[in-house]
Amino acid sequence: MDVDATWYLVLSALLFTIGGAGVLVRRNPLVMFMCVELMLNAVNISFVTFARMLNDTGGQVVVFFVLVVAAAEVVVGLGIIVAILRRQPGADADDISLLRG
Amino acid sequence: MTSTAAVLAQQGDLLVKPEVEWVAITPLLVLVGGSLLLLTLSALTTRRPRRGTYALFTVLTCAGAIIASVALWDRVQDPARGEFTALVGALTIDGFTVFFSVLIALSIALAALVADDYLRREDLEGPELYALMLLSGAGGIVMAMANDLIVVFLGLEILSIALYVMAGMHLRRVESQESAIKYFVLGAFSSAFLLYGIALVYGATGSTNLSEIAAFLSQNVLESEGLLLAGFALLLVGLGFKVAAVPFHVWTPDVYQGAPSPVTAFMASASKAAAFAALLRVFFSAFSNHASDWRPIIWVLAVLTMVVGAVLAVVQRDVKRMLAYSSINHAGFSLVAVHANTERGVAGALFYLLAYAFMVLGSFAVVTLVGRRGDAAHDVDDYRGLARERPVLALAFTVFLLSQAGVPLTAGFFAKFYVIGAAAEAESYALAVIAMVTAVISAFLYLRIIVTMYFAGDEAEGDAATGRHRVAIPFGAGVSLAAAVAFTLLIGILPGLVADFARDAVPVLLSAAP
Repeated sequence: MDVDATWYLVLSALLFTIGGAGVLVRRNPLVMFMCVELMLNAVNISFVTFARMLNDTGGQVVVFFVLVVAAAEVVVGLGIIVAILRRQPGADADDISLLRG
Repeated sequence: MTSTAAVLAQQGDLLVKPEVEWVAITPLLVLVGGSLLLLTLSALTTRRPRRGTYALFTVLTCAGAIIASVALWDRVQDPARGEFTALVGALTIDGFTVFFSVLIALSIALAALVADDYLRREDLEGPELYALMLLSGAGGIVMAMANDLIVVFLGLEILSIALYVMAGMHLRRVESQESAIKYFVLGAFSSAFLLYGIALVYGATGSTNLSEIAAFLSQNVLESEGLLLAGFALLLVGLGFKVAAVPFHVWTPDVYQGAPSPVTAFMASASKAAAFAALLRVFFSAFSNHASDWRPIIWVLAVLTMVVGAVLAVVQRDVKRMLAYSSINHAGFSLVAVHANTERGVAGALFYLLAYAFMVLGSFAVVTLVGRRGDAAHDVDDYRGLARERPVLALAFTVFLLSQAGVPLTAGFFAKFYVIGAAAEAESYALAVIAMVTAVISAFLYLRIIVTMYFAGDEAEGDAATGRHRVAIPFGAGVSLAAAVAFTLLIGILPGLVADFARDAVPVLLSAAP
């Protein structure tokens, strides 16, 4: 069965939107972080689809860069989240609001 | 045996090995090498080094990067050799690259001098902050030399990931960790937008290389521009977040206030400049033939950024927060220069960024010292009577604040003058007028701090009454402050020095490598 490539772009846009909405709506720092990862991987689908449509390998190579960057981000992000949760166990985004004004 | 060799030789032909011009990326290599060396050596030595060793090492590394940049400057300004692309067209080496290498290296050096005593005062001494600062600066230089959207993304992430850690560096202040997580979540969120923008531009033009995109856009008329325009918009969201343009600025006050003060100084100078470098590279040089599409967006961003930054700065009580909003206002001024989309505008933006880097580094150096142990005394009231207690420190802060307000004989005056001149030349008079009005509004804020330092605080509520210690001025921070004051005044009197440098550093777009 052949699927039109545009549908992959639609899928990518949908996943990106779900991820974006998740960051804005969810309050748990870990879940917010997972939503960001969802957004990055949604973009990867776009890159692969465009690479296929354009018959160009550049877009597929980009995916590897994005994966590496996402991995580095995970390391730092989890470190920061652990540091916060140690001090305030069970903290969510509403508890982390000393700085305002 | 011979057959294997033949196969290998054949594979050698198939695999195109990229040619790496090591000379072209020496400033970058010096910073990264210095950072790794610092981490390795400090891990291998068991004895605590003498105080200030790490900061001295960082300053020397930055000096090395500046020397390497100057050597590169001679090469790119030589008409016979000129600008060139390196690493298979992924990087552009031109005056623009060198300008930002120097700016970022200077910012790291000054911030490291301030951090030296800060870390000792807060019992956080160690090589990590310096190593991260060097790495983050290297990411900023990558952004400035990028000739490929993916390289812009990589540079942005190298810059940001190190900054997330630096923001949360103060282990005992909950504000510091809060600022780290806020910066991290919003930063990762915005870089996802940037990446989606890159994907859409790639889909529309068939390349991520800026030279190839520009060549494609000048030769072809797109049937439907939707994909490309959506890509522009998402790229602007991603970069607008990093430069703290309204409405993508919400993180700035919280992060600037919560992060350790020397880190804030680095963020406001180097990180902001690097983001503007990427913005100029991408929009001014690659997408210039679609300027009519993106200039209106920049116009709106610039107006919102200047107005919101100036108005909200005035109502703050915390000095770090005030300076954060004022940095948003300054980002708006730089956007005015970007909006002009002329060489004069870009030169104005470069001048502004360099002048602002020194003013803001100096300002946050003062804030670091006045913050005292605990890094918490940042209320305006904590500056009462500073002029009586520490006349030199108060005078230095006055110079930085007046310069930020744009008073003549300081660097800030010429920065604003060039930007508004460029806007008037580009016939965006409304923008120039709004810029001047917001400059007046934010002048109120700077004068408020100056008045508090000089005229508030009677004898009755002197040091004895409040039980505070006198603000100490350690050697490193003193050197940093003196350099920042000297530069601010020197450029205020002889702006030509930097203006010529900035004019020769306007980015060029080299044609795509065959």
